[in-house]
Amino acid sequence: MPLGLYIARRLAALVPTLLVVSVLIFSLQQLLPGDPALALAGEEHDARVVAAIRAKYHLDKPVAVQYAIWLGNVVHGDFGQSLRNRIPVSELLASKLPVTLELAGCSMLIALLLGIPAGVLSATRKGTPIDAAANLLALSGLSVPHFWLGIMLILLFAVRLGWLPASGYVPPWEDPLKNLATILLPSFVLGTGVAGVLMRHTRSAMLQTLDADYVRTARAKSVPERLVVLKHALRNALIPIITLGAIEFGRLLSGAVLTEQIFAIPGFGKLLVDGVFNRDYAVVQAVVLVSAALYLALNLLADILYFFANPRLRG
Amino acid sequence: MADARIPVAALVGPRARRYLVVKRLVRRPATVIAALVVAAFVGLALGAPALAPFNPTATNFLAVRQPPSAVYLLGTDEVGRDVLSRLIWGARASLLASLIPVTIAVAVSIPLGLLSGYAGGWVDGCLMRLNDGMLAIPFLIVAIALAAFLGPSLTNAMIAIGIAALPTFLRLARGTALAIALEDYIEAARALGGSRRRIAVRHILPNMLPPLLIQTSITVAAAIIAEASLSFLGLGQQPPAPSWGSMLNAAQRYLSQAPWMALYPGLMIFGIVMALNTLGDGLRDALDPRHY
Repeated sequence: MPLGLYIARRLAALVPTLLVVSVLIFSLQQLLPGDPALALAGEEHDARVVAAIRAKYHLDKPVAVQYAIWLGNVVHGDFGQSLRNRIPVSELLASKLPVTLELAGCSMLIALLLGIPAGVLSATRKGTPIDAAANLLALSGLSVPHFWLGIMLILLFAVRLGWLPASGYVPPWEDPLKNLATILLPSFVLGTGVAGVLMRHTRSAMLQTLDADYVRTARAKSVPERLVVLKHALRNALIPIITLGAIEFGRLLSGAVLTEQIFAIPGFGKLLVDGVFNRDYAVVQAVVLVSAALYLALNLLADILYFFANPRLRG
Repeated sequence: MADARIPVAALVGPRARRYLVVKRLVRRPATVIAALVVAAFVGLALGAPALAPFNPTATNFLAVRQPPSAVYLLGTDEVGRDVLSRLIWGARASLLASLIPVTIAVAVSIPLGLLSGYAGGWVDGCLMRLNDGMLAIPFLIVAIALAAFLGPSLTNAMIAIGIAALPTFLRLARGTALAIALEDYIEAARALGGSRRRIAVRHILPNMLPPLLIQTSITVAAAIIAEASLSFLGLGQQPPAPSWGSMLNAAQRYLSQAPWMALYPGLMIFGIVMALNTLGDGLRDALDPRHY
């Protein structure tokens, strides 16, 4: 199948999923107890004010019509107005997304630097104490509650040693060094979990490729072991790892909720939590919808990368 | 006596298969230790009234932020409550908010997965589109958004965790049902005149359970972290009732003066989640059909 047709098919399959996501997210506001118009009116219980709010937010229309209006606005990039900040939610999203992207990017870098070498080492030393230690570390990375690890790292590196700031964020264009100092700990916290996943998958993919005929042939030709591992085995083992990396990146974009909260990083996760506490439901809905869309987009990218890297699928 | 090297398929009856699964499980020391840690956690949660040395909500302003000592083994918190007692009672919130929603998610996913996988057609199409939509929203985000709209309480956190956990089980149950429906023994049962319902309940259902059991172990671990996260954010267990997540939230403000307040609740979460993940790995190895 040509790559273009494959992408078109996968994109078409995304539309119904996104529609279902939008229905689910819109339905959330139906869970709210009481009349939203009364809640928006606050202390004011004047019938005319409540009626005006109801008309303004289309609350006087059937739920299906309300959904259609909301979806139409969302498609045009209008997520409504933030009740707290009194600015369009889309502006808030645009200002927070680069921060989360930077955090996710740095976390991914740490995860790749830790996870892939550990996986290769573990596979090439299968059954040794090094393998057992790498497996234990990977399992620890997967099991540790990130927000607790964050608190412990703040305690060690900020409170006790005073090497890094405990919280806050400085944009890279203001001060690159301070930016690195503020992003290092949260990136490490998020990176450890992904490193655990990458290590386990790299190990199992490497064990398969190290057992393959072409690796045996390379060894029979007296190719140095380092080259056998890095050029023959790892290169092929990386195919599933690349796609996994794309999916994990999608998870990082939305999985940073508590880490951003602990380190006071003004990204998507903090926006969601602040939205929850301020009862800023338009913000909550927008963050959930955009997170889901990004996650789906990265899943699609993972599929495309896999399709691209695996010639058998193209046949 | 059956030997582990003989394939299970060659043995007659489910008892022999169960025997081999248990034998494979106990052969791994890590799995046995993990099972013991999980059992201890359940024991701690159930026996909290007898095991906790102090009332977990009783404040003592004469013993505020006391470091670990012979009286307060793990120290006290910002209002003089015993950290150990709160940890023991906190296991209850964790157990309740993980086991109940996950059990309900499994119970709902089995009939729905069977229906979807075995019936196919438009029922399958509708259920799976809905499921894909739910899967697109990450677990913790679903839980936080739902808890936010439902209102903060442990019950609502449990509802949120249950709904967030459902799509993973549903997809797994459906996929397993679909795979089993293609097996030769199902074809044989059909050829012998077994009704669709009988085949679904007697033949497909029992074989769906092993993968669901492995997923349960992993999801209970994720649910414990989700409950702690929701309570940390103030969306789960409400104070003064103890929860590991809310203990960590309070501890954040006293990191330099009372680090023990943050250390122990986190270690508890870490320990139980690691044990459940290890148990999941052990179960996967023991129940993997490739071993049969």
